[in-house]
Amino acid sequence: MTSLPADTQIAAESSFRPARRRRLTRARLGRYAIPYLLILPVLAAIGAVLGYPVGYLINLSFQRYGLPELIQHTGEYIGLHNYYLVLHDSVFWNTLERTIVFTAANVGLTMGLGTLLALLLVRVSTWVRIPLTAGLVLVWSMPVVVAVQVWYWMTNFENGVLNAIFHLGQHDWYASTFSQLGVVTALIVWGALPFVVITLYAGLAQVPHELVEAAEIDGARPWRVLKDVTFPILKPIFLVLTSLSIIWDFGVFTQPYLLIGREHQYASNYLMGVYVYIKAYSDNDYGQGAAISILMLLIVAILSVFYVRKMVRIGDT
Amino acid sequence: MSVGAAAASRAGRRAERSRRTRRRKLAGRTGWNIVGIAVTVVLVFPVFWMISTAFKSDDEILSGSWLPLHPTLQHFRSAIAGTDHPYFWDSVLNSLFVVGVTVALSMVLAFFAAVALAKYRFTGLKFFIVVMIGIQMLPQAGLIIPLYLVLRQYGMVGTLTGVVVTYMTFVLPFAVWTLRGFIVGIPRELEEAAMVDGSSRVGAFVRILLPLVAPGLVATSVFVFITSWNEFIFANVLLNNHAKQTITVWLSYFTGTSRNTDWGALMAASTLTAIPVVAFFILVQRKIAFGLTAGAVKG
Repeated sequence: MTSLPADTQIAAESSFRPARRRRLTRARLGRYAIPYLLILPVLAAIGAVLGYPVGYLINLSFQRYGLPELIQHTGEYIGLHNYYLVLHDSVFWNTLERTIVFTAANVGLTMGLGTLLALLLVRVSTWVRIPLTAGLVLVWSMPVVVAVQVWYWMTNFENGVLNAIFHLGQHDWYASTFSQLGVVTALIVWGALPFVVITLYAGLAQVPHELVEAAEIDGARPWRVLKDVTFPILKPIFLVLTSLSIIWDFGVFTQPYLLIGREHQYASNYLMGVYVYIKAYSDNDYGQGAAISILMLLIVAILSVFYVRKMVRIGDT
Repeated sequence: MSVGAAAASRAGRRAERSRRTRRRKLAGRTGWNIVGIAVTVVLVFPVFWMISTAFKSDDEILSGSWLPLHPTLQHFRSAIAGTDHPYFWDSVLNSLFVVGVTVALSMVLAFFAAVALAKYRFTGLKFFIVVMIGIQMLPQAGLIIPLYLVLRQYGMVGTLTGVVVTYMTFVLPFAVWTLRGFIVGIPRELEEAAMVDGSSRVGAFVRILLPLVAPGLVATSVFVFITSWNEFIFANVLLNNHAKQTITVWLSYFTGTSRNTDWGALMAASTLTAIPVVAFFILVQRKIAFGLTAGAVKG
C-alpha cells in the first residue's frame, strides 16, 4: 500500500471520478493505518507485561491474599479493607514521612551540587575539564549493585577507608537510621550527579555568549548574571531534571535494600520501595502490598505530571 | 590636542583595567582549577578504591595501603572460580542471554514505533507518548508484586524468559523515545527525493532512513544492553535459583557478614561486573546523554 504513487495517479486520472474516489479512500486508509501498525507491537508487549499486571494489582489490592491464597491461586474479596489497614498503620505514615524527607534531601543535594559542578565545569581550564568530565562519565557508568558494594566496603567499620581517612577508629556507619540513610544518600547523590552535571553543562553551553557579555558590560555582577541571564535560560532543563530526580529517589529500592543489608531492614528504616517489597515477600501479605503499591503509584503520578506534560509537548511538535 | 590626550589617557586606563581584569580572571581560574581537581579526586575515589583493592594482597587490604604495591590476581581467581562463590560463569551466561534477547527484540519493536512517532501525526499520538513516558516514571518496586504473581501463574518465575519479557517492557519506552530523536533529525526531503527518483516508500526507508539511523540504533541498543545488564530488582525476585541468576544478583549475594567478607574478592567481582558496562558506556555516552531531556531547552 504505497501512498505517494497513488496520489500521482489520481492527478493523472482526474477525469475518471468513481475510480479515483475508491483509490483515494483505500490509499488514505492505508496511510492512516501505517502508524498504528507500527506502534502495535510495542503497545501489545507493554499491554501484556504491564497493562495486565497493573490491572491485576488494582484487583489484588481489594483481596485478602496471603500465603494460603498464593498456594491456592485465589484470593478473597474484602473491599477496601487492605487500604483501611494500610492507612491505619503507623508504619505506613512513618515510612511515607521518612521517604519524603529522604527524597527532599537527595534531590536538594543532587540538584544543588549538580548546579555548582556544572558552573565549575564552565570556569575551569580545558586540562581540568577533560579529566573532570571523564570522571563523571566513569561514575555514571558504574552499575548500581557494583556501586553499592564499593560503598559498603568503604564504610566498613573495621577496615573501611572512610574511617581511616577521617580517623574515626571503628565508627559504625550503620548504627542509627539517620546514619544509614545518610550513607545511602551519599551513594545515591554520587551516582546521580554525573547525569545532572553533564545535562546542565550542555544547557549552559546553549546560553548565548552575547547575552552574558551584554549583562557584564552593563555592570552586572557575576551573581546577577547567573540569576537573571543564565538561570532563566536553564530553567526548563532544571525543572525536568528536578522532577526526574524526585520520581527516581521517591521509589528507590536497590541502594537502601542492599547497602543497609537484606537482613537489616526494619520498620524503623524503611523507605517506600523497601516497605512495599518487605510487605509482600517477607510478610507474605500480597493484598496489603498491592494496596501500598497503588498508593505509591498515585503519589508518583501526581509528582510526574509536570515532566510528562513537558515531554508530551516535545513529542507533539 | 587636549582631546587626543584625554582619549589616550582613557585608552590607557581602559587597557590598565582590562589587564587587571585579565589578571583577576587568571587568578580566579587557577582557584577554580584547584577546586575542579579536588572534585575529580573525590568523585573518582570510590572507583579507584574498588580497582586498587581488587589487586592488593590481603595484607595490604588490612593495612590500608593506598596502592597495590604487590599486585596480585588472586582475588580475581577466587571471585571467578572460588568455591565460596560458585556460579560466576553461569551468571555471566544468564546475563548475556537475557541481555542479548532483550536487545534484539526490543530494538526491532522500538524502531517501528519510533518511526510512527517521528514521521506520522495520528490520533492517539499524545496518548501513546503519555504511556511511554508514564512507564518510565513507574516505581519498579511497586510493580514487583503483580509481575511476580502474573508470571507465576504462567510458570515463568525462575525462568529467563520471564525476565526477558519484563526487561523488554521497561526498556521499550526509553528505546522508542531515544530512537525517535534520531529519526526526527532526518530531513523529510531526503526520503521524498528518493521517492521522486522512483523508489517505493519501503525502498526509500531501507536505503535512506536506515543508514542514517544506524548510529542511533547502535547507541540505543548499547543503552538497552547496559540497562538490562545492571538491572537488579526484577532479577532478584524472579530468579530465585542460583543457577539461573544474573550477574547483579550473583554480586549482591557476594557479601558475607561484615566480619568475614572477602573484601579483595568482592572488589574483584565488582570490577568484573562493571567492565563491560563501563567499556560500552564510554563508547556511546555522547550520543545519548540527552535522550531523557532532549529538547527540554528549546521546547
